[in-house]
Amino acid sequence: MYLSKIIVTLRKSILDPQGKAVEHGVHALGFEKVENVRIGKFIEMNVTADNKPEAEQITKEVCEKLLANPIMEDFAFTVENHKAP
Amino acid sequence: MNNSQRLKFGIVVFPGSNCDHDAHYATGTILQQEARFIWHKEGSLGEVDVVILPGGFSYGDYLRCGAIARFSPIMKDVVRFAGNGGTVVGICNGFQILTEVGLLPGVLLRNASLQFVCKYVRVRVENAETRFTSKCQRGEILEIPVAHGDGNYFVENDELKRLEDNGQIVFRYCDEWGKISEAANPNGAIANIAGVMSEGGNILGMMPHPERASDPALGHTDGRKIFDSVVESVIQQFVLT
Repeated sequence: MYLSKIIVTLRKSILDPQGKAVEHGVHALGFEKVENVRIGKFIEMNVTADNKPEAEQITKEVCEKLLANPIMEDFAFTVENHKAP
Repeated sequence: MNNSQRLKFGIVVFPGSNCDHDAHYATGTILQQEARFIWHKEGSLGEVDVVILPGGFSYGDYLRCGAIARFSPIMKDVVRFAGNGGTVVGICNGFQILTEVGLLPGVLLRNASLQFVCKYVRVRVENAETRFTSKCQRGEILEIPVAHGDGNYFVENDELKRLEDNGQIVFRYCDEWGKISEAANPNGAIANIAGVMSEGGNILGMMPHPERASDPALGHTDGRKIFDSVVESVIQQFVLT
């Protein structure tokens, strides 16, 4: 079994008003050196596969077909071994 | 069907739809057409002339608005129906579902203000030669309410140009004089787009709610023009074919 950790973010070309609002909050706290706050989603899932490339392929397809909308989002992921509890 | 018959409106109900009854009331009671609910688990639309994907929060807007509803069993038949030239109207969440399933271009992002916007807006009819606006004039201003948190329509520039060149932009947010301005844009939508149709002209997606502006008792009836247009156009189509 494998554990996929996926991050979905708004594409760079798309304005992220939520990130902007959080950035204002960060600045209000006094952290003036922080900028370009962007908000995304973190998704975890277990994948049963014979090997890691297969698990990566499955994860990629799930991202492309459902977890991210390519018009507005990019995705990145890692796949690691996972021992079922 | 022939001229004397009534159109059959099929209103798809997803878990979380909440404008389905309004759409049923507008088409069935106000327009006096046949209206029927279609549960999203059904595999077939049955006999329908027009499909409405109503507003609401299908699947709680989980992941992205409309992202999960797109996998409902009925959607396969909606795609088939649309592919055969059938008339499909997606309102608000229905619009979001149509973009997610790929029947309409673009995507609906979070409102630029981050706020849920619930108010009357004005939209200008950009193309009156569609089956959704045949009862309107080009440049006519319609007052119709919006109620959404994710109505910020976005497409890439090349796609936007295609939409403009093909006349696929049906409605744009405008002010009381019909001017397209940032102040009149409730959600940050690119080029003030409030409604677009497919290249084939048979699928409309719009953020404003025409079904909420169809009953004279509620003070506004501009939304009815859209349903009246659909009825007139679809009946005409049947007469011609």
